[in-house]
Amino acid sequence: MTFLGGQTGQRVVGTRPIRPDGVDKVTGRAIYGADARLPNMLEGRIKRSPHPHARILRIDASRALALEGVKAVVTSDDFVDLPAQEVAAGDGSMDFRSLSLNLMARGKVLYEGHPVAAVAATTGQIAEEALDLIDVEYEALPHVIDIEAAMASGAPVLHDDLFTAGVTPRPEKPSNVAKRIVFAQGDVVAGFAEADVVAEGRYTTEPVHQGYIEPHACVASWNADGQSLIISSSQGAFMVRAYTAKLLGLEIADIRSVPAELGGGFGGKTTVYLEPVALALSRRAGRPVRLVMSREEVFRASGPTSGSVAEVKLGARRDGTIVAAELVFKLQAGAFPGSPVALSGMCALAMYDIPNVLITGYDVVSNRPKVAAYRAPGAPIGSFGTESTMDELARKLGMDPLELREKNGAREGTRTAYGVVHRDIGFLETVRAAKEHPHYRAPLGPNQGRGVAAGFWFNIGGESSAAVNINEDGTASVISPNPDVGGSRASLGMIAAEVLGLPAEKVRTVVGDTASVPYSDMTGGSRVTFSIGTCMVGAAEKVVEQLKQRAAMLWGISPDAVEWKDGAAVPAGPNAGGFEPLPLAEIAAKAGATGGPIGATYSTKVQGAGAGFGVHICDAEVDRETGQVRIVRYTAVQDVGRAIHPSYVEGQIQGGVAQGIGWALNEEYIYGPDGKLQNPGFLDYRVPVASDLPMIEAVMVEVPNPRAPFGLRGVGETPIVPPTPAIANAIRAAIGKRLCSLPMSPPKVVEALDGAGG
Amino acid sequence: MTPFRYLAPTSIGAAIDALKASGGTAKLLGGGTDLLMALRARRYAASVVVDTKRIPELSGVNVRADGSFRIGAATPCSVVAADPALSAAWPGVAESANLIGSVQVRNRATLAGNLCNASPAADSVPALIAAGAVAVVAGPGGERRLAVEQVTTGPGTTALAPDEMLVAFELPAPAPRSGSAYLRLTPRTEMDIAIVGCGIALTLAADGTIAAARMALGAVAPTALPVPEAAGVLVGRRLDDAALKALDAVARAACRPITDKRGTSAYRIRGAGVLARRAAILAASRAEAQP
Ligand SMILES: Cc1cc2nc3c(=O)[nH]c(=O)nc-3n(C[C@H](O)[C@H](O)[C@H](O)COP(=O)(O)OP(=O)(O)OC[C@H]3O[C@@H](n4cnc5c(N)ncnc54)[C@H](O)[C@@H]3O)c2cc1C
Repeated sequence: MTFLGGQTGQRVVGTRPIRPDGVDKVTGRAIYGADARLPNMLEGRIKRSPHPHARILRIDASRALALEGVKAVVTSDDFVDLPAQEVAAGDGSMDFRSLSLNLMARGKVLYEGHPVAAVAATTGQIAEEALDLIDVEYEALPHVIDIEAAMASGAPVLHDDLFTAGVTPRPEKPSNVAKRIVFAQGDVVAGFAEADVVAEGRYTTEPVHQGYIEPHACVASWNADGQSLIISSSQGAFMVRAYTAKLLGLEIADIRSVPAELGGGFGGKTTVYLEPVALALSRRAGRPVRLVMSREEVFRASGPTSGSVAEVKLGARRDGTIVAAELVFKLQAGAFPGSPVALSGMCALAMYDIPNVLITGYDVVSNRPKVAAYRAPGAPIGSFGTESTMDELARKLGMDPLELREKNGAREGTRTAYGVVHRDIGFLETVRAAKEHPHYRAPLGPNQGRGVAAGFWFNIGGESSAAVNINEDGTASVISPNPDVGGSRASLGMIAAEVLGLPAEKVRTVVGDTASVPYSDMTGGSRVTFSIGTCMVGAAEKVVEQLKQRAAMLWGISPDAVEWKDGAAVPAGPNAGGFEPLPLAEIAAKAGATGGPIGATYSTKVQGAGAGFGVHICDAEVDRETGQVRIVRYTAVQDVGRAIHPSYVEGQIQGGVAQGIGWALNEEYIYGPDGKLQNPGFLDYRVPVASDLPMIEAVMVEVPNPRAPFGLRGVGETPIVPPTPAIANAIRAAIGKRLCSLPMSPPKVVEALDGAGG
Repeated sequence: MTPFRYLAPTSIGAAIDALKASGGTAKLLGGGTDLLMALRARRYAASVVVDTKRIPELSGVNVRADGSFRIGAATPCSVVAADPALSAAWPGVAESANLIGSVQVRNRATLAGNLCNASPAADSVPALIAAGAVAVVAGPGGERRLAVEQVTTGPGTTALAPDEMLVAFELPAPAPRSGSAYLRLTPRTEMDIAIVGCGIALTLAADGTIAAARMALGAVAPTALPVPEAAGVLVGRRLDDAALKALDAVARAACRPITDKRGTSAYRIRGAGVLARRAAILAASRAEAQP
C-alpha cells in the first residue's frame, strides 16, 4: 500500500479496523438470499425460452398444475401490462415496460433463456418436473446476435414499436437502433485540419458478465391481508420494493423488502429478475415462495454489460497538444433498449482537455439477454478504444505516453464534451504519481512489454438516508439503507465513530430494511460511502447535539455552553463551569432520566460527488508460441479523495483490476449460429483465477473532494476503467502488434503474431 | 437431477452384482466430479449410483517388487499426485493428476473417472498412455486387461460393458534413464479444460540418444491419441533442434481436432506441436537427471 497526499487529525478515519462482515462470510454464517427460509415455503422454478427469437402462440400449464405438489403457475398474465415509462435508476435510466417484459415474456421471446412462465411446488424436484409439463407453442423467428448485423437494413426487428430516438426526422420504420446520442464541442473538422498527427482505429469488445459469486435469490411471501414480505439479495431493498410494486400493481406501503447479505453485485443486482415473480407465485399459492437462479440461468438471463464496436480518431499538433477527437460507439443493449452508450461517450475522453470533440453513440437491441449495469457502466468500453488510440498517438508523436496524458490532462475548470466543468479533480496528481512510481522505470524481461492507460468515472450522490442510535451502554447502532457491496458497513460505521468520538468497534452498522430507515437510492455509482456517509455525518451530528443537550441538563447549564470533544461533553470554556468531561456512555446511561432515547435519522439528496481518476501501469509477458499472456506486474494509481478504510479501498482497486484483466484476456459470450449461448458457466466463461493474477499494487492519491465528508471520493468503479487498454498497450509493446478486439485470448494473439510473419 | 438409489458396496463382486441387477441403468461413482455435474444437468440419468470408494482393493498406489505400479481405480488424484515413488518413476502421470481441477476437486476425483468419463480432453489419459499403462477391468466373468488407449471409443463412450468396472491401472517399471512429462495448454493457469494436452515418456541410451519414446495427445481427436510416429522421429537421435522440429511436425500431422468454443482446430494443431516439443525437452531433462 502507498499513500500519496493524505490527511491527519482523525482518530478513526484512515485506520484499518477488522472488517465487520468477514468472519460470518468465511465461516459460512452470513445469510444470503438463498439461505432465507419461511414456514411452508414452496420452491419456484422458471420456464425459459429455448429460442433466441419466437412468437409465443400458446402457453398451457394444465398438465403442470395437475402434477401432485404443484401449487401455482404464473405467466405474463399475472403482471401489469405497463406502458413505456422511463425513470432514473442508479447510473442511468430504466423503463418499466422493458423491465416487466424482460421478467416475463409477453407475446414474444427475445433471447434464449427469456422467462415465459414460472412454477411453485412443494419441492424443487417437483417444480423442475413441472417445467417440462408446461406446454409452450412457439413460432420461431429469425434472430440476430451480432451488433452490426442488427443495425443493418433487413435485420430481424425485435420490437415493431421501436423507432430510433435522437434522429430527425423520426424514422418511418422500426429498427433495432433504439437511440442515437451525440456529444459535441468545438468544430472537429477545423480541429483535424489543425492536427499534424492523426491516430485512429476500430475496436471491438465482447459482452462480459459481472460474475458475482452469488446467483440471484429471493423468498417472497404474500400474506392473507395483502401485505407482503420479500427477502432478497440485491443492490437496493427500496429498488426491489418499488419495482415489485410497479410490476404487480401494488402499493409501496404493502411491501416490506429485507436485504439479505449480498454475494457480489457489481451493478448486476440493480434490477429485479425474481422478486416480482416469486411474489406473483406466492399470491397464487398462498404460501411463501423461494426462487434461486442456477449459474446457467445467471449467464443466460441476467445482465452482462454490452459488447461494442468503437471507431476512434484523435488528432494532435506536433508538440502533443490534442486538438480534435471523433468517436463513434455502437453498443449492444441486449433484447431491450438501455445500453450504457451515453456513459461510454462521456467517460471516454473525460480525462482530457480537448477543444474539438464529436462523439456519436448508438444503442442497439439484439437477441441477447438485456444488459445490466456493470461496474462503471460503459466506461471501460469507452476507454478501450480511446486509450489504445492514445497509445498509438504517443508512438506517432514519439512522446512518453504518460507525458501525453499529462500535457492534455483535465484540470480545474476543464469543460468536458458532455458539458460538465471539472471541479476539484486530481487527474494530474494521479498521472504524476504514476510517472514517478518505480514501476514505470523498472527493467522488463524478455517478451515483456509495458502499457499505461487512464480512466475516469463520475461517482454519484443521490437520495440518501442514515440513522444513528445510541444504546444504553454507550455503544452505537447505525443503520445504512444500502446493501453493502464493497465494505460500506465498515466505512460508514467509522464515519459515525469519528463524529461521535467513539472507537470503531463501539459502532456497529447494519443494513436496514425498507421499514427501518428512510428511503435511499440503490447501491451503485460508487455512491454509498460518499452519500450515506454524508447522511451518517448529518445523523451523528444531530446525535451529538442531543448528547450536548443531555449533558447541559445534567450539569444545569445552557446547551450552548457545552462542547463535544473526543467522545465526551466538555464545558465550552471557564465561564461554563468546572465540570469534568462527561463521556458518551455516562450520558447514554442516564438517557431515561434526561428525555428518553438518543438517536437521529438524516435524509437528503446528496450532491457534489467527486470524480474519480485512475492511471494504471501494466507489464505483460507474451508466450510467442502459444499466444498466452501473463500479467507480470500491475500498478493502479487512483485519486481516492480520502481513504476512509484503506484496506477496503485497496480491495476495491485490486478487484476492479482483476475484473478488467478477465475482460481483457479471456471473458466472452460464445454464441452458435443457432443463437444459443454455448458457455453459460465458469468453466468456459473464464474469469481469472488467483494464479492468473499478479499482486496488484494499489497506490492511493488523496486529493480531497471539498464537498464530501473527510474529502472522500467514490472508489469502486474507476479501477475497472483503465485495465483493458493498459493490457492492450502492454501487449503492443511486447510483440509490436496492436490487438483491437477483446478478449485478447491466446488464439487472437497468435493470429496477430502470425500476421507479423512470426 | 432425477432421484436415484445410492449403493456403497465393499467388494468388487458386490459392485458387479449391483451393476448387473440394474440392467444397465446404474452408474459407477468415483469422485463424482463429472458424474454429479452430468446428473444435475440432466445430461444422463441413473437409477442407481454405485460408489466405488468403499471397496478396499480400489484404493491406494502400490509399488511392486519389480518396480511396477498398481493404482487403485478409486484413488483420489491428490493421493496419486503426492505419491513419492510414482512421482519419481512416472512424473508425467503424477503431474497430470495434479492438474485436474482444484485441491478440492482432486481430493475426490479419480483416474478411473477421468478415463471413463471419456472426455477427449481428460488430462491424465495422455500421460497414462505415454507410460504404457494398462487398465484392469472386472466383470461378471472375471478380469481382463486393456491398454488405456483402448478403453475409450469416442466422446462419452467406453469399451466397458454395462456390468464391468475399472478396478486398477498397472504401470510398468520405467527403464533406467527414463523421464516423462505432461503439459497442457489452457487459457487460464488453472481450473480449465485442456485445449491440447501432451504426455510423453522418453528413455535415453548410454550415448545420449533416445532409445524409446511414447507420446500421446489429448483434446485433438475424439479420444486421446497415441502418436507412434513420435518414436519414429526420435529413436536413435539426440533431442536436438532437428529432432524437435520433426516431433512438432508429427504431432501436428496426427491431430484431427474440431473447432469448438474452447479452441479452433488451427490453434489446437499449432499447440500440439509446441507442447510436444516442450514436453519432450522436459521429459529428456528428467531422464538425464536419473542415475
Ligand atoms: C471444477 C472442476 C474442474 C475440473 N478440472 C479438470 C481438469 O483440469 N482436467 C480434467 O481432466 N478434468 C477436470 N475435471 C473433470 C473431472 O474432475 C475429472 O474428469 C475427474 O478425474 C473425474 O473423476 P471422478 O472420480 O470424479 O469421476 P466420476 O464423476 O465419479 O465418474 C466419471 C465417469 O466415470 C465413470 N466411472 C467412475 N469410476 C469408474 C470405474 N471404476 N469404472 C468404470 N467407470 C467409472 C462414472 O460412471 C462416470 O461415467 C474437472 C471437474 C470439475 C468439477
